[in-house]
Amino acid sequence: MIGWLGPEEWQAVALSLKVSFWATLLSLPFGLLCAMALARGQFIGRDVLNWLVHLPLVLPPVVTGYLLLLGFGRQGPIGSVMDDLFGITLAFQWTGAALAASIMAFPLMVRAIRLAIEAVDPKLEEAAATLGASRMKVFSTVTLPLILPGIIAGAVLAFAKAMGEFGATITFVSNIPGETRTVPSAIYAFLQVPGGETSAIRLVLVAVAIAIGALILSEWLSRRVARRISGE
Amino acid sequence: MSLSVDIRRSFGGFELRTTFDAPEGVTVLFGRSGSGKTSVVKSVAGLVTPDDGKIALNGRVLFDAAKRTNVAVHQRRLGYVFQDSRLFPHLSVRDNLCYAAHVCGRGGKDPKEVGALLGISHLLDRRTHSLSGGEAQRVAIGRALLSEPDILLMDEPLASLDGPRKAEILPYLETLRRETGLSILYVTHNMAEVARLATHIVLIDEGRVVRSGAPEEVLTDPDMVRLLGIRDAGAVLSATVAKHHPDGLSALALSAGEILLPAVDAPVGAKIRVRILAQDVILARSHPEGLSALNILPVRVLAVRRGEGPGVIVQLQAGEDRLLARITRRSADMLNIVEGAECYAVMKSVAVSQTDIAVGLQTGL
Repeated sequence: MIGWLGPEEWQAVALSLKVSFWATLLSLPFGLLCAMALARGQFIGRDVLNWLVHLPLVLPPVVTGYLLLLGFGRQGPIGSVMDDLFGITLAFQWTGAALAASIMAFPLMVRAIRLAIEAVDPKLEEAAATLGASRMKVFSTVTLPLILPGIIAGAVLAFAKAMGEFGATITFVSNIPGETRTVPSAIYAFLQVPGGETSAIRLVLVAVAIAIGALILSEWLSRRVARRISGE
Repeated sequence: MSLSVDIRRSFGGFELRTTFDAPEGVTVLFGRSGSGKTSVVKSVAGLVTPDDGKIALNGRVLFDAAKRTNVAVHQRRLGYVFQDSRLFPHLSVRDNLCYAAHVCGRGGKDPKEVGALLGISHLLDRRTHSLSGGEAQRVAIGRALLSEPDILLMDEPLASLDGPRKAEILPYLETLRRETGLSILYVTHNMAEVARLATHIVLIDEGRVVRSGAPEEVLTDPDMVRLLGIRDAGAVLSATVAKHHPDGLSALALSAGEILLPAVDAPVGAKIRVRILAQDVILARSHPEGLSALNILPVRVLAVRRGEGPGVIVQLQAGEDRLLARITRRSADMLNIVEGAECYAVMKSVAVSQTDIAVGLQTGL
């Protein structure tokens, strides 16, 4: 793989994998919480939460990226506080790319987990409670095992989406080789220079392979949710 | 051991105002569908919260609106058997049975013991989806038992099963009552289940308790016939097996005399319970001769209830027991069947089916 890809191309692939991995891992707990709240919660502002989660899906990615820059840039209200207190800057860093990717992938992740939660029969949770299980235990021993394939499917989808994120990423963290140049940014950059097509095509093949692999994996896991819940 | 319930709850235009005490044994909540039975059991379990009132189990307060007490479902220490078995699909039969012990630290008996009691020992390593409806329901009962509850709540546990499956489970429920001594609150609108299992009956209509007491009394109250259903009306009698005849009949000693029934599966001397439907009882003013029916008991008319239709319900005293007979108004007039009249109750032996006979009762029922 390394021999087949040039060092610059390999750098982009490795960076994309790193960014997507962290984007997925860190958004998973929030995704689970949001999915739980949307599937089961009854509270004021549930609709607002639903919009917020889905907003990155319908907003132009460039707008999302620019909003991130305004908020998390060094001068932005959140970015300046993070810089002052923890010395963390996100803008023009790979961590910023991870943030952008996680926000863009969030709706897909929440949707997959939410569907899995909605497929769980609350009557099973009632039965567990009558057997002596507290709410936490009901969640960890009944709900969670039943939705686990859904969570994995959501994570795989989010990972694939993060791998392909371009608009928000390039607006928020630019296109710095080795720092923020992910596979899509690299493809874009290669296409801007004469003779870059071969590199671009190699990266396109990698991107296609990863996307298809993720879709197949996600589909297979979704089918397992259905089977697991029906008990077959 | 007793459960006391006094609750009010309004929902969807329906008002539940239910007050009753369930003594030790099997208390059956009987009522038509929509009478509020399930709401009562769910309130006891804590799955729904009444608007007002109090629920206590063995003196332990589970719910008290005045004191704002509402013990959480998982801390109420009760077993709940639902209409649908609600087995956990991701766990094996064994892990379903041991759920309370493994997850909640409740109970911890060997599942083999309960498995033997319910006839599910051979299923322990199976996945739940491969079980039949009757097997799944027995596993659900076992799972609730193994959590060692203070009381077992059963909400129409046989309703989702077909006739043969019902007949398959009823004997296990009888064994359960006899061997565990566990108090059970049992919801049903099936008369055969009432007759075989109940040691106490609470009749519910439109969210209110209309009558409660021993089955022998409640079921032979002619005023309750409307609620119980005219076709299902009938007496439940305690009897002792007196003799097994070689021609396939068993003689049963009642307080008013002996009757013959098709072979009863219980040893001589065993106490059993027999349900005799009102529509299977014929009345005669004089001792009938030359009749194929084998069972003729002298009785005295206690009450005659005329309904809207052509039939009347006659309540009879037979020794220390009570019987119900359903005859036409015309016959009642013709034979002058009035309160205090002495007559004979005639029953065909074959009219009593095996499903109406409960064997292996505890003494004192």
